[in-house]
Amino acid sequence: MLKTRIIPCLDVKDGRVVKGVRFEGLRDAGDPVEAAKVYDAAGADELCFLDITASREARGTLLDIVSRTAEACFMPLTVGGGVRTVEDVRALLLAGADKVAINTAAVKDPDLVARAAEKFGAQCIVVAIDAKRVSPPGTPAAWEIFTHGGRDPTGIDAVAFARLVAEKGAGELLVTSMDKDGTRSGYDLALTRAISDAVTVPVIASGGVGGLDDLVAGVAQGGASAVLAASIFHFGQATIAEAKAHMAAAGLAMRLDSPASSARTPL
Amino acid sequence: MSTETVAIIDYGSGNLHSAAKAFERAARESGCDARICLTADPDVVAKADRVVLPGVGAYADCRRGLDAVPGMIEAMTQAAHGAGRPFLGICVGMQLLASRGLEYAITPGLGWIPGDVGPIQPADPALKVPHMGWNTLRPARDHALLAGIPTGEDGLHAYFVHSYALIPENPDDVVARAYYGGPVTALVARGNIAGTQFHPEKSQRLGLALIANFLHWRP
Repeated sequence: MLKTRIIPCLDVKDGRVVKGVRFEGLRDAGDPVEAAKVYDAAGADELCFLDITASREARGTLLDIVSRTAEACFMPLTVGGGVRTVEDVRALLLAGADKVAINTAAVKDPDLVARAAEKFGAQCIVVAIDAKRVSPPGTPAAWEIFTHGGRDPTGIDAVAFARLVAEKGAGELLVTSMDKDGTRSGYDLALTRAISDAVTVPVIASGGVGGLDDLVAGVAQGGASAVLAASIFHFGQATIAEAKAHMAAAGLAMRLDSPASSARTPL
Repeated sequence: MSTETVAIIDYGSGNLHSAAKAFERAARESGCDARICLTADPDVVAKADRVVLPGVGAYADCRRGLDAVPGMIEAMTQAAHGAGRPFLGICVGMQLLASRGLEYAITPGLGWIPGDVGPIQPADPALKVPHMGWNTLRPARDHALLAGIPTGEDGLHAYFVHSYALIPENPDDVVARAYYGGPVTALVARGNIAGTQFHPEKSQRLGLALIANFLHWRP
């Protein structure tokens, strides 16, 4: 039986984890590769790096991180941020990413998704959708795509865009509520559900996790196939094992394999 | 026992360092004296003791990549069929063992495990495609590659990410299936040739155990 995935997400800027990761015994809280090793040993189902580096010149740093992570971790890795061309996708896949997330570039040119999927297969093309609710209270819910970290409105309906990119060949959608991101008040479940119901590809819920019940709700109410969270894991509020146990107790199918292949931990 | 050479075929299909590291680690942890070699050289493949054909991406694109290396298919054929070396295809590398792939266009495969690679169509329309994530394996028969690996609903998990799956003409070629709104071929084998739809190099415990079994396999 296919299991619900838990995906810790690391925001990376100029080769460093933004705000750091607070684990006991971690030598360097800002090193994405160190953090990745910890999550691999902890039994995370996948890992996600979102690169928020502004400059194009720093691309090599990201590729190096991806390559070192792929060599150290035997778990699937999704990498996003700044992906603009088919060549960008290829470079990340060759560095060792298993999936590549496209965000702004897919909004500007949805055919990029088609070109990348035809080249590399739909299974490795993720479209990251950042959406804000734009419907006034009391009217039917509607969400709009925003780019550049939620600053720039596009006028594009999020659910219609989700359908479009799924038809173009996206293998998965990473749906982030820009209203909820950073609030620790739970996912925008209506948004997650609306998109999950609109497409046949898996949806990852993202943005707003404050506690373990939010992860359960993302699947049970939001219809997500996977749940992404950052701070609750990075700052030690919950371990991956606790999150899995909590979700399993709520009746969700989780992968509870003891994670490492040997007793050795990367710490 | 002399050091064995394990050739992982590099034909531009991405992400091979991770696979190489997984093979190196599995060899180290299982006490296997193997030299893991990422190679695009047909001579190395033809002479290798074991051969691994990875594959990530679209079927036709992988086939083109393989064809673009002069002599590679002949070298693989020599290793697998001439010398009878253990041969493992991974993901699209496994699908290429089939007669043909139906993704985007009809593309001929190697035909070593006759059958078609067609779209996954779960009986339950609520199930998402791709089949993406961790699933358990249900063995169809005993096989050395599964030795010592806990399978079934309470067993270990393998990592899948695919929209197409191999359906062998001969059901005896299937060693294990995953279930996702119906059976999905997960592991095939015929003689010294085997293939996994899932990614052993991404499958943590199960993956490293399967790779170790492959490194010790004497078909």
